[in-house]
Amino acid sequence: MSGNAQGPVLAVSNLSKSYGPTRVLADVDLSVQPSQVVVVIGPSGSGKTTLLRCCNGLEVADRGRIEVCGTTLFSDGRLLRDSELNALRTRVGMVFQSFNLFPHLTVLQNVTIGPRRIRRKAPSEAVEQARALLHKVGLADKADALPGTLSGGQKQRVAIARALAMEPQLMLFDEPTSALDPELVGEVLQVMKALARDGMTMLLVTHEMNFAREVADVVVVMDHGRTVESGPPSTIFSAPSQARTRAFLQAVIER
Amino acid sequence: MKLDFGPVWANWSDLAHGALVTVEVTGAALVLGCLLGLLVGLLRLDPRRRVRYALGSVYVTFIRGTPLLVQLFLLFFGLPQFGIVLPAFFCGVLGLGIYSGAYQSEIVRGAIQSIDRGQMEAARSLGMSHGMAMRAIILPQAIVRMIPPLGNEFIALIKNSALVSLLTISDLLHEGQKIISVSYRSLEVYLAVALIYLLLTNATGFALLRLERRLRVGGLVQ
Repeated sequence: MSGNAQGPVLAVSNLSKSYGPTRVLADVDLSVQPSQVVVVIGPSGSGKTTLLRCCNGLEVADRGRIEVCGTTLFSDGRLLRDSELNALRTRVGMVFQSFNLFPHLTVLQNVTIGPRRIRRKAPSEAVEQARALLHKVGLADKADALPGTLSGGQKQRVAIARALAMEPQLMLFDEPTSALDPELVGEVLQVMKALARDGMTMLLVTHEMNFAREVADVVVVMDHGRTVESGPPSTIFSAPSQARTRAFLQAVIER
Repeated sequence: MKLDFGPVWANWSDLAHGALVTVEVTGAALVLGCLLGLLVGLLRLDPRRRVRYALGSVYVTFIRGTPLLVQLFLLFFGLPQFGIVLPAFFCGVLGLGIYSGAYQSEIVRGAIQSIDRGQMEAARSLGMSHGMAMRAIILPQAIVRMIPPLGNEFIALIKNSALVSLLTISDLLHEGQKIISVSYRSLEVYLAVALIYLLLTNATGFALLRLERRLRVGGLVQ
């Protein structure tokens, strides 16, 4: 489906964005290769979430370029046309900090609604796929529950299953465990680890340093809208070259 | 002074017929008002779409800012000057429907805007178009929130429908006035008319309460 099979799934170049006088992204470059897990870390307000949201068109940058799955999502200050944007979004899964499950639909319906309404899949086929996905995230027994009755960790796992149901080529995670009680973080991270092991291409923003150390292929450190440095986790966590990285890691680890 | 409800009993079938006309006018106006309310409510969702927003705003401003009776007279007595002569019943339904639609549009808009922004973002992120996300995700949640204020609006519409008696429509109030013109029993007949309106408004309120509860049980609300 992508233009060049060997090229990056996501390529961001020179991306800049300001809210009024505040610069949230300043000439950010980033690329995610197939099956790579790229983790963006950095202090709050550093532009991580904005960067992620730009990658599926939820936010529009001012300048720069974003290529997703070989399609130009954003360039010259302009976003892709709406109809093409919708098509591209089916190939990019998004998981939000606040889950954003559809509260009026059951867990199963949350997972089937994308394939059924957008892909026009037959109901039986969509249900079969959804059950398999729910099994994968450990929630096979919650298929008929409403989101309101689930714990935060369960909600987030349903949200991951919902995104996977579209069979995306890239998954975006926006602080997926930040809204969870500490004891529920593990179950969500486990699902994400399994996903990474299966070769899913992932870009995620997180404060889970252990997860980044363990799962990431590349760690990107952001501060004040800029990428401070990036590299394999072994380098970033053990021998960061930038003072700001050291300061940030120290602050996080001392917490 | 003695109360004499004789004329009310003697003419109860006229009152019942009038009540039926009131229900018909209100019911038809309700349907029209809901359609207009939904349409205009959606038009006014996004101020950045200037033409749509302006169209909706002109409608809401004019209708909410002028008396319903004047609007009804404009339709019934004003339009014939352009050769447009509409049947009285039709004028009543049209006038009430347009009037109610303005208020309902604000209810629709408010309910939709009260749904968390993340719902639209999640739907769009799956690849849904704006319209599909609205129909499949936002509106089903918003409708439940519309019911209590819509209940108020429906009840107001029943009461406002009494004004159509001035367009020669034989509604409940009009039938009552006809009985008074023969019997001169104003107090008794108006009391009876008021009681029937009370019955209609409360029945509506009760029905909407049941509907709201059903939707809650059906899981549309958390």
